[in-house]
Amino acid sequence: MKLLLTGARIIDPAQNMDSKMDIFLEDGKIAKTGADLSKSVKSKSSGEITKIIDLAGMILVPGLIDMHTHLREPGFEYKETIASGAAAAVAGGFTSIACMPNSNPINDNRSVTEFIKRKAIEASLANVYPIGAISKDSAGVLLTEFWDLKEAGIIALSDDGKPVMDAALMRRALEYAFSLQLPVISHCEDTNLSGGGQMNESYYSTILGLSGIPCIAEEVMVARDILIAEFTKTCVHIAHVSTAGSVGLIRNAKKRGLKVTAETAPHYFTLTDEALQNYNTNFKVNPPLRSEKDVAAIKEGLSDGTIDVIACDHAPHGRTDKEVEFEYAANGISGLETSLSLSLNLIRNKTLNWPELIAKMSVNPARILNLPKGTLAAGTDADITVIDPLIKWTVDVKAFRSRGKNSPFHGREMQGKAILTIVGGEIKYDGR
Amino acid sequence: MKFEKKDILGIKDLSIDEINLILETAESFLEISTRKIKKVPTLRGKTIINLFYEASTRTRTSFEIAGKRLSADTINISASTSSVVKGETLIDTARNLEAMNPDVIVLRHSAAGAPQLLASLVKQSIINAGDGAHEHPSQALLDMMTIKEHKGKISGLKVAIVGDIGHSRVARSNIYGLSSMGAHVVLAGPAMMLPRDIEQMGVKVFSRIEDAIADADVVMMLRIQLERQKQNIFPSLREYAQHYCLNRKNIKLAAKDVIVMHPGPINRGVEISPDIADDPSYSVILDQVNKGVAVRMALLYLLIGGNE
Repeated sequence: MKLLLTGARIIDPAQNMDSKMDIFLEDGKIAKTGADLSKSVKSKSSGEITKIIDLAGMILVPGLIDMHTHLREPGFEYKETIASGAAAAVAGGFTSIACMPNSNPINDNRSVTEFIKRKAIEASLANVYPIGAISKDSAGVLLTEFWDLKEAGIIALSDDGKPVMDAALMRRALEYAFSLQLPVISHCEDTNLSGGGQMNESYYSTILGLSGIPCIAEEVMVARDILIAEFTKTCVHIAHVSTAGSVGLIRNAKKRGLKVTAETAPHYFTLTDEALQNYNTNFKVNPPLRSEKDVAAIKEGLSDGTIDVIACDHAPHGRTDKEVEFEYAANGISGLETSLSLSLNLIRNKTLNWPELIAKMSVNPARILNLPKGTLAAGTDADITVIDPLIKWTVDVKAFRSRGKNSPFHGREMQGKAILTIVGGEIKYDGR
Repeated sequence: MKFEKKDILGIKDLSIDEINLILETAESFLEISTRKIKKVPTLRGKTIINLFYEASTRTRTSFEIAGKRLSADTINISASTSSVVKGETLIDTARNLEAMNPDVIVLRHSAAGAPQLLASLVKQSIINAGDGAHEHPSQALLDMMTIKEHKGKISGLKVAIVGDIGHSRVARSNIYGLSSMGAHVVLAGPAMMLPRDIEQMGVKVFSRIEDAIADADVVMMLRIQLERQKQNIFPSLREYAQHYCLNRKNIKLAAKDVIVMHPGPINRGVEISPDIADDPSYSVILDQVNKGVAVRMALLYLLIGGNE
């Protein structure tokens, strides 16, 4: 299949490219980019059919990558499957996603990794990259077989959702993973400090009578992991940064030249704990929604480069997990289908410019995960996302491809959306 | 004035006019409980379900008596005997009860926000009879009624609330109610029992009981929940009692005509010494219980009896 995409503004931060151009895809790869390719392509490939798509007014970027999703399969197929998660990904503009290991069984051994990869190939939508568990059963006691997992296909390690409380285990994990060039993604939460907490500890938790998760529950672990990475001369990636204190710690670590990277999720720069006042469980997420001050700090961290990546922490749940008392409700937001649109607000509110935003959703996660993705350079996989920056739409969870309808953004007016998602040269989502 | 609310979920949602209306209505019901025949036909043919997911003697009995004195049919469901043990969700329980056409559901639940959830689902009126550490509106209303009777007013009084503020729905409802009625509310408790940023509710906070009760017109002692002590919140009941118990000595710091309140049940010798609790020159604790029936009659009447 040959595809010629014409007339879009092409932004590829990896090549410092930002101009109106055409791009030609051939045999699943990017063949070339340039001005007015239609003549040369036609003459060159005479006889073969080239599909031409006019994308005037659109923004064309390297296929977006979400490095933090939960696909729930195996074990919780009522929440999401690998196929439904991958469908949600391409509908949200993501050509590649990495999935966390907290399925049932947990992805702590080769057979689960291989199962996930096989399911992803069967679905044939987005590229799905499994993340392996740091510890067996994510119990925080014994390391998993990193080497074997890597050979099976994991691209990173994490005990997401079950933070590694044992600092010595974390040290060994960072050292061993570094020697294998596997990034470690740390869910930073001191479970003694957060124990039993339902929401951010603040004035709002006080008036709602909900037990609080203090910002220090995150920050002491961010500080710990930075110190371990510094001492062992390894690297660490901090997942879902939610507090001003964490941003400060990471900024300081980067200034000192440490190999620390970080991500945040759209809800942490969009919502605050004030939104919980009617006990709507769709706003319940871990780490919890924080204060105005934290939201401002997250934006600042995105703007100055402290936070490298936007990843939505896609956490789909079934109705039974959310339609209960707040205290009993599961944490998480089904985010893949709103992440890009919410992130586009960062351009409108001058937090980021286009190339900066696209870098945080493509080349930056690709570099952290060592994926040969996130660029439109000739010869790379033809993974492409086309964004209509002006289209207005309203979030309707009933229209989600994801099985998880748990979104606090239901009913929200949005501007901008992915309208075409191409994976390996094939159109996997066409929302035009 | 007509009462427009469908539910009573918390004092936070009530205006001063609504609080006054409830208190005035309760006043008018006080007398019924002193009659030989303690029953009026006001709510005849109405059905009230007391749905209690947490143990309660006082509040549940008070709501039941309130309903019965107004001739409503009252049904009690408690967690130990209901479908809760079978694992049915609150939502399903609510829909099943709704299908039986009651007029009011009175809900007590350990999870904050459970009454809001219920109210959003069913068409019947919901009365929050205490939800987690959130609110306990009928308790605060009966407290305000008691204070008003003994002091003739609420505005301008200094009210000290002492104890485990963090876990107390009574404290939160009273802070809202008393503050909006013009009282000065001060709090005292050990640091770990004072929740974050509680000052933003417009109260002064002290760590010593002596500082809070100085010149207070009303001292409200909160129950220390013994079952919470296993969470290592406070070193020991012994240490608590030594420093936070209201006793003959520290009560001298309060105003001469101070009244002492407690939402019950009392841990004698822990938050309040027995001789204070039993001294009628200070204690209005049983009076609170008495007012509780009238306040709950008023709530039921205003929600489902006032329109006809």
